[in-house]
Amino acid sequence: MPKDSGIGASSKRREDVRFLTGAGNYTDDINVAGQAYVYFLRSDIAHGRITGLDTSAAEAMPGVVKVFTGKDFEGVGGMPCGWEVTDKHGAPMQEPAHPILAQGKVRHVGDPIAAVVADSLEQARDAAEAIDLEIEELPAVIDMKAAAQEGAVLVHDDLKNNICYDWQLGETDDAKVNEVFAGAAHVTTLDLVNNRLVANPMEPRVAVGEYKRGTDEYTLYTTSQNPHVIRLLMCAFVLGLPEHKVRVVAPDVGGGFGTKIFHYAEEAFCTFAAKACNRPVKWTSSRSEAFMSDAHGRDHVSTIELALDADNNFIGLRTNTYANLGAYLSTFSSSVPTWLHGTLMAGNYKTPVVQVNVRAMFTNTVPVDAYRGAGRPEATFQLERVVDKAARELGVDPIALRRQNFITQFPYDTPVALTYDTGDYNGTMDKLEAAADLAGFAARRAASEAKGKLRGLGINCYIEACGIAPSNIVGMLGARAGLYDAATVRVNATGSISVMVGAHSHGQGHETAFPQVVADMIGIDESMVEIVHGDTSKIPFGMGTYGSRSLAVCGSAMVKATEKVIDKAKKIAAHLLEASEADIELKDGQFSVAGTDKSVAWGDVTLTAYVPHNFPLEVEPGLEETAFYDPANFTFPSGAYACEVELDPETGQVTIEAFTAADDFGNIVNPMIVDGQVHGGIGQGIGQALLENCAYDENGQLLSASFMDYAMPRADDVPFYGVDHSSQTPCTHNPLGVKGCGEAGAIGSPPAVVNAVLDAMNSGGKAVDHIDMPVSPSRVWAAMNS
Amino acid sequence: MRLGALPPDPRDIYSQMKGGSAPFGKEDEMYSFDFEKPSSIADAVAALGAEDAQALGGGQTLIPTLKQRLAAPSVLVSLSGIAEMRGVCVEDDGALVIGGATPHAIVAAEAAGSYPALAALAGQIGDPAVRNRGTIGGSVANNDPAACYPAGVLGSGATIVTNTRQVAADDFFEGMFATVLEEGEIITSVRFPVPQAASYQKFLQPASRFALVGVYVARFADGVRVAVTGASEDGVFRWTEAEAALNKEFRPDALTGLSINPANMIADLHGSKAYRAHLVSVMTKRAVMASL
Ligand SMILES: Cc1cc2nc3c(=O)[nH]c(=O)nc-3n(C[C@H](O)[C@H](O)[C@H](O)COP(=O)(O)OP(=O)(O)OC[C@H]3O[C@@H](n4cnc5c(N)ncnc54)[C@H](O)[C@@H]3O)c2cc1C
Repeated sequence: MPKDSGIGASSKRREDVRFLTGAGNYTDDINVAGQAYVYFLRSDIAHGRITGLDTSAAEAMPGVVKVFTGKDFEGVGGMPCGWEVTDKHGAPMQEPAHPILAQGKVRHVGDPIAAVVADSLEQARDAAEAIDLEIEELPAVIDMKAAAQEGAVLVHDDLKNNICYDWQLGETDDAKVNEVFAGAAHVTTLDLVNNRLVANPMEPRVAVGEYKRGTDEYTLYTTSQNPHVIRLLMCAFVLGLPEHKVRVVAPDVGGGFGTKIFHYAEEAFCTFAAKACNRPVKWTSSRSEAFMSDAHGRDHVSTIELALDADNNFIGLRTNTYANLGAYLSTFSSSVPTWLHGTLMAGNYKTPVVQVNVRAMFTNTVPVDAYRGAGRPEATFQLERVVDKAARELGVDPIALRRQNFITQFPYDTPVALTYDTGDYNGTMDKLEAAADLAGFAARRAASEAKGKLRGLGINCYIEACGIAPSNIVGMLGARAGLYDAATVRVNATGSISVMVGAHSHGQGHETAFPQVVADMIGIDESMVEIVHGDTSKIPFGMGTYGSRSLAVCGSAMVKATEKVIDKAKKIAAHLLEASEADIELKDGQFSVAGTDKSVAWGDVTLTAYVPHNFPLEVEPGLEETAFYDPANFTFPSGAYACEVELDPETGQVTIEAFTAADDFGNIVNPMIVDGQVHGGIGQGIGQALLENCAYDENGQLLSASFMDYAMPRADDVPFYGVDHSSQTPCTHNPLGVKGCGEAGAIGSPPAVVNAVLDAMNSGGKAVDHIDMPVSPSRVWAAMNS
Repeated sequence: MRLGALPPDPRDIYSQMKGGSAPFGKEDEMYSFDFEKPSSIADAVAALGAEDAQALGGGQTLIPTLKQRLAAPSVLVSLSGIAEMRGVCVEDDGALVIGGATPHAIVAAEAAGSYPALAALAGQIGDPAVRNRGTIGGSVANNDPAACYPAGVLGSGATIVTNTRQVAADDFFEGMFATVLEEGEIITSVRFPVPQAASYQKFLQPASRFALVGVYVARFADGVRVAVTGASEDGVFRWTEAEAALNKEFRPDALTGLSINPANMIADLHGSKAYRAHLVSVMTKRAVMASL
């Protein structure tokens, strides 16, 4: 019987009422009295030296408050990078300056050069056109391999080359790796591209900066997944402001997908300009601006080699990846191709020797950073594609090959620095085979062929690491932040509860799922619990939401704080019931004395806490507790996915006929929300696999700079999904046993789609062993007619 | 001619509800301009006489252009309030006449009985919002090389009626985004002879969902017309070799061995010249098949 409330219930998402009825409160809905508007003049060339910048005519235009250029920011810091990667020779990564407004040079189309603050956006934009700008255009470096060449044009004149770092993980002894490959019975090699993506959340970025002269206090309203992180970075590294004078608010946020983790120049600008202009300053990104200023995702070019012995056991894996970082280091960009990617390269398999090599490149393109999955999709795509290719080359069943090499003993130490605590990869694959009716595939293929279509089946597995932690380890790996989280459980006198959480909800459903946990622990109705998030002045601290960490990390802090509350409430109940604290039990919102019929209700205890007339003297009045939680390890969700496609051999058009996901997310708080997270993730994965392609020309002009050319998946591009998460091996080290589900769909689906397309092509007699994403009709047609 | 009932203009409804102006995206991003909404063709023509005046149909192309500040008209003359330019009717000789300011959704609904292939074309343009605002006059005047209507107009051998003259489709389109329209001339209606059978086959450009290649085949008593959009650097064109073959025998097989020269085809992110040339053949065959 499914539960109808508490942990395990598919409670309806309470936040959807306001989202779906137009009652949300997004950053662009916030207007502060007297606000001015900023328009950023952005570079329309990819690389150039600013030889003249005269703003005097612009300053004289109607309504203009002030025109800012890089000069105004000479005294402040640049945009910081939150993770220092150490290269394979022990040297720190090359870390170029990242100014708020260009200092001397522009390095990508969209790089902000000047900012006009005016009474209206129209006036700001008119004035920006009056800025006299001269730029000496320089050759641009766009291609990563070209950027790595000796003598390549330098994106940053003060760096020795365009290589941010040359990093390695796993086996350090090249000779040993060579030996494994030399002794292999079979080696499968694959070159592939993980296409660059633009996240395109429905809500573009917005920032409103406000400064109160009377109290010297700043408020920044911003579209962020982690307001405390923004406050910390902006105060400590960029503007040098005291944190207690700065409030950062991220109200309703219309989708983030990673791209709203980062601290962006526009946020720091609006905060700085609010004081400089003594007026609130608002910026709202247009969609076109988002394409050239939001951090992009993915963009790896890899060679992966898999060595197998004569019995088809995986004996070695080696990867060589070029990762595009764009023109500057975005906040967490450096960690994505390294610790979030290399560590996942073992996948679900017990390959004993793994070596991951990553060169991260600066190019004259928009900075690249985390996007749903961040590094893990890139790892999974390589691995699951090469395994599929190996199965085809060896003429063995791709599922059998995977099963044969699955890790089956846990905990398992991988050769790439992780310890998987739990998992049941065979069990999850069993669920997939049943849920996707793989036995019926042959009949479905015959039906497609009767219509003149080819049908393909693609299988893949994934393992991912969520809730990146613990802080002491990530600190050793170069993180410049901790990765704990915090929650305050504030019980009101009448028994209702406000929970201040550091996680930020921007579509995930925290406002529904988190109360389910607290209500379940106490035995009260979910409607008595409310989540407060997204405001540094209201919550204790928070590292925010990304990496599928919210429930595993912040939820654990919330559980710990709730436990403290319950402990204290039991003391009060014991006093009221004149019993020993050790004998007090809490069930269904009633405190009772074990073995008696004496009890007192939750509400009576909470009221007593705030009206402490009859109160234990050794206990403080009130009922509010805070907990910080730093996890002991990552969590390791895993899964197996199946995709079935139909391919029209005349046009190359691929349609997804079925998609089934079997995931192991450990324990599940709200199955409906988990389904929704998986649906959304798969939708984005299908987008990457079939449609989305952020492309530059050789001069660094963005070819896909709008939705006219950048293909977002639409409702009719995706099928009705089958989602099965009944395979559950609970996480062993957090109190809820949860693992995280936000990114799985985006990690697991691209290889399933591509494997299916290749299966279809091969079934049509065309021996194609790889096709790059997005698998567009024109690419399929070209591959089939080459 | 008898015109269909005027659908309400959503902008008017919105202003009545809010007692203010409609939120057309961010108007403050455009250069400022004056706005006129005449109720007769004569008044529209007069208003368009002003220097740098421009006609506004459904605004589905023009408004984005203005928001990007790629155009700076002094005055926009909306054609949406001109009753005589809106609606669909069938004339005594059987021709279908569509008012120049008629939105695609009206054509999709009201021409479905009289000219199903054209109604289906209109019903495949963009999304519901686009179809309820975008107009046939705007589409034909704009002559986007990937737009659908130009294929329907040329494939049907329609006549474009303006405030000053009537132009045969064969003489109207002059390459990408170019037509014979003079400054200030407005398309008041388009008259379509209705063929015995016709079909429009559109292969979607994955991002914009305009036509990567679209082929309109129409079979009249006196011959077959094949018009192709999306494919050529010269905009919409007639594939005369295919017409000749189909005039001999109106069957998909009649096209076997025929191919189009890729040299003039468009190449972009979404497809090479060769791919587009290939799609022209495939879509033509499918259009013939659907017209049998
Ligand atoms: C998201 C989206 C998807 C679309 N998808 C498709 C598609 O799949 N297929 C397709 O064919 N089209 C598509 N369109 C285009 C759309 O269908 C419109 O037809 C087209 O934008 C022009 O029509 P309009 O009435 O909006 O003209 P406007 O944008 O108002 O005007 C366009 C031009 O025509 C001029 N003009 C307007 N009316 C007249 C007239 N009566 N006489 C003379 N000149 C006139 C204007 O001055 C302007 O120069 C799409 C548009 C959008 C925004």
